Amino acid sequence: MSAPVVIVGGSLAGLRSAEGLRRAGYAGPIKVIGNEPYLPYNRPPLSKELLSGTGDIDEIYFPIKESVADVEWVLGKAATSLDIQEQKVTDLSGTSHPYRALVIATGLRPKPLPVDANGISGIHVLRTFDDAVALRKQLLPGVKVLILGAGFIGCEVAATAVKAGCQVKVVARTHEPMQEALGKTLGREVKRRHELMGVEFVKGASVFGLIGDGHVERVILDSGVIYDADLVVVAIGSLPNTEWLEGSGIDISNGVLVDGGLRAVSSNGTLVENVFAVGDVARYVNPLFDQVPRRVEHWNLPTETGKRAGLILGKYLNGESIAEMLAEPFAPLPSFWSDQYDMHILAFGMTYLADRSELVAGEISGECVFEYFRNDKLVGVCGIGMRPTIQSYRTKFLLP
Amino acid sequence: MIKVEVDMNKCQHYGQCVFEAPTVFKLNAEDKLEYVAEVDDSERDNVEAAVDICPMQAIRIAQ
Repeated sequence: MSAPVVIVGGSLAGLRSAEGLRRAGYAGPIKVIGNEPYLPYNRPPLSKELLSGTGDIDEIYFPIKESVADVEWVLGKAATSLDIQEQKVTDLSGTSHPYRALVIATGLRPKPLPVDANGISGIHVLRTFDDAVALRKQLLPGVKVLILGAGFIGCEVAATAVKAGCQVKVVARTHEPMQEALGKTLGREVKRRHELMGVEFVKGASVFGLIGDGHVERVILDSGVIYDADLVVVAIGSLPNTEWLEGSGIDISNGVLVDGGLRAVSSNGTLVENVFAVGDVARYVNPLFDQVPRRVEHWNLPTETGKRAGLILGKYLNGESIAEMLAEPFAPLPSFWSDQYDMHILAFGMTYLADRSELVAGEISGECVFEYFRNDKLVGVCGIGMRPTIQSYRTKFLLP
Repeated sequence: MIKVEVDMNKCQHYGQCVFEAPTVFKLNAEDKLEYVAEVDDSERDNVEAAVDICPMQAIRIAQ
């Protein structure tokens, strides 16, 4: 009996990898090792529907297809080390898991509060179902919420918290919310709409310290300004979960470097045999834009990377040629969306690579579409409402 | 033939399915999703891709 394909990471990218293996005809054993105690579930509702309601995890589980019904799930056990010579993964409980091939899908975790909380409670992050449940219990009318970070999570939490009747302040490092993704012009409009709903934006780089007797009462920004806060949400970005790969020889300088076939690359630039990486943790070149390997944290990419890795690995394990699949460029079109109040933002491409944006349809105060350019080449499209128009751009992102 | 079902209470009209199966799904002028409920077996791969990529997981293939 040969060792299983081990997938480390029990979320969307891990699931899609398992499905891809089966689709390629690989019928051997598959084992998924997951840090969280849950089967794969959908994260976008965590900052929206699940955060405002009372919904349970049953509502957001991904369906488990028949093809992967026989997968072995080892849940609630983070992987702690990898030995690529011995071909085994060790988990938190010390159990070792030999593998025939490995798929790394360990994703991200939120960056923590940049200062020591000194045991003061009331500090939240939002990545997992448990995070959402812990936070939503506290989002009560009149509660003073201070959100660090004005990216997607920060803005979505702000909208949900305001609707729950909280008093919301957002501390932003950039001038406008979601500025990196939307640019200044559209970012400013998003800010205006948040302000109309009662959200207050504060420009500030970071936090200097917390004041509170057990529970947070006030937050000192590094500008010296002090704000009252009943709870703090830290939404200042995320970190790839790669500590368990230290010493393995894999290039983990920023996530796991992979080639166009999602095969892991070692620190000396050679391919690591039988090891793949997918989802938010993977860093790869997307030839639609340039030759710079990047981690891209958009929802459609765990599916795109997982499917492809599973198909290539499955064919390879079956002894079939993978040359043809590898020759096909991996050029998935990133897409992101966000719902805040009645504002529906949708984008395709890599808007944050742009050096300028241009309003091409609608009106900024209502529904609108912006094109994003880098060196006069279209790299993204984003808008509020007008989704059929934004959709129509999908075919405009072509390989050089 | 395969039967396509979309839970319109879940659907948020993101239109991600449109790209995967453009002959089955489309967004109308009001930004709302419209779809063909019964499609040929030749569309199965495309509809399965749409099921996978739906952010709200609102699409199902009924046997």
